[in-house]
Amino acid sequence: MSSIRFEQVGHSFGDRTVLRNINLSLTEHRIGIVGANGSGKSTLVRMINGLVAPTTGTVTVDDQNVARHAREVRRRVGFIFTNPDNQIVMPTVQEDVAFTLRRRGLTAAQIAERTVAALEQFGLREHADHPAHRLSGGQKQLLALAAVLVAEPATIVADEPTTLLDARNARRIGELLQTLSQQVIVVTHHLQLIEDFDRVIVIEAGEVVADGAPTPSLATYRALVQ
Amino acid sequence: MIGLYSPGTSWIHRAPTLLKLSLLSLCVVTIGLSPNLVIVGAAAVLVVVLFVVARVPVRSAVAQIAPILLILLIAVPIQGLLSGWLIAALMASRLLVAVALAALFTLTTTVTAVLEAFEKLLHPFRRFIDADRVGLLVALTIRCIPLVADIVREVLEARTARGTQGSLLSVAVPVVVRSLYAADALGEALIARGLDD
Repeated sequence: MSSIRFEQVGHSFGDRTVLRNINLSLTEHRIGIVGANGSGKSTLVRMINGLVAPTTGTVTVDDQNVARHAREVRRRVGFIFTNPDNQIVMPTVQEDVAFTLRRRGLTAAQIAERTVAALEQFGLREHADHPAHRLSGGQKQLLALAAVLVAEPATIVADEPTTLLDARNARRIGELLQTLSQQVIVVTHHLQLIEDFDRVIVIEAGEVVADGAPTPSLATYRALVQ
Repeated sequence: MIGLYSPGTSWIHRAPTLLKLSLLSLCVVTIGLSPNLVIVGAAAVLVVVLFVVARVPVRSAVAQIAPILLILLIAVPIQGLLSGWLIAALMASRLLVAVALAALFTLTTTVTAVLEAFEKLLHPFRRFIDADRVGLLVALTIRCIPLVADIVREVLEARTARGTQGSLLSVAVPVVVRSLYAADALGEALIARGLDD
């Protein structure tokens, strides 16, 4: 598991403060993050991958400052976006998964072997040569997961990975995230997805308002949004 | 190329991409310069044979060639009336053969193979050109075609759903704005996948 630390982290867009004074140490296997729209939860997780830089404070992954060592950190932290369409780069399913392994010093045979294994794991083997943009929404999100996991990151950060999916596909993605051996950090509005996670953090107006076991944290969140 | 690859194991599929690209260029130039309808006709027969050898599904082949037929439907009568029917036939057959050959290349070559070929081609110029970056640029260009097509479709559907017809501007503005957002998101995804260097 990676050790992710937020120390005195704050973030502002112009005059608008999105996050303030965040101090967190994320070491658990499965961590859920919930909050209302605009609460700052997506900004928070984007900092783990260096997609957003903190205005104040520091974010470290395994003692490496993300702002200074973004490239190294990104090799250990995979990121899944809400809309898988934005994550697909190559025309076919197999090529998109293999694309992640570019510039990693692997031979063509090693890339092919790892790609096939990732496609098998996510039930996409039979779609290997299909156009990626013509997959269903659920399959596209599976492809996004496969394309990230093929690089064997230590941590997976998923920003609302089930928001655009129907109930069945959302459940499938949720089940897959549960089975991963990697550290998983999920931002979601689907509360059942994180009910048996190790830890749930609630963000409200840029601050952590609850942090702990899922049951009390989710109770706080439900009270906040009612 | 936008996901049009037709999987197969024929020797045409397995042939080196640079060789296929070179032969494609050579054939298109030769046919383009050939003044003889018989030579172009023979080339057309050869192209059909190549499609059969590659075992490309008829539907995929027709889908690639059909758009040029629509253009020829307009261009051939005009050319025939202005320059004579022999020249019109020569122009039509040249175009058909060239498009069919390009389609064969597209249907039997993956984008990854094209990128690798680009990188090999640009290798001697590596001091001046980052071949990997050019390859990525080509891949993204190809990827963006269906992405923008989807955006245009959604904007047109939204316009229809709202019962408005509007001007070209009412389509162009949301398409451009949404395309820019999509480009931003794609860039962010590339960074997240470690391709920011």
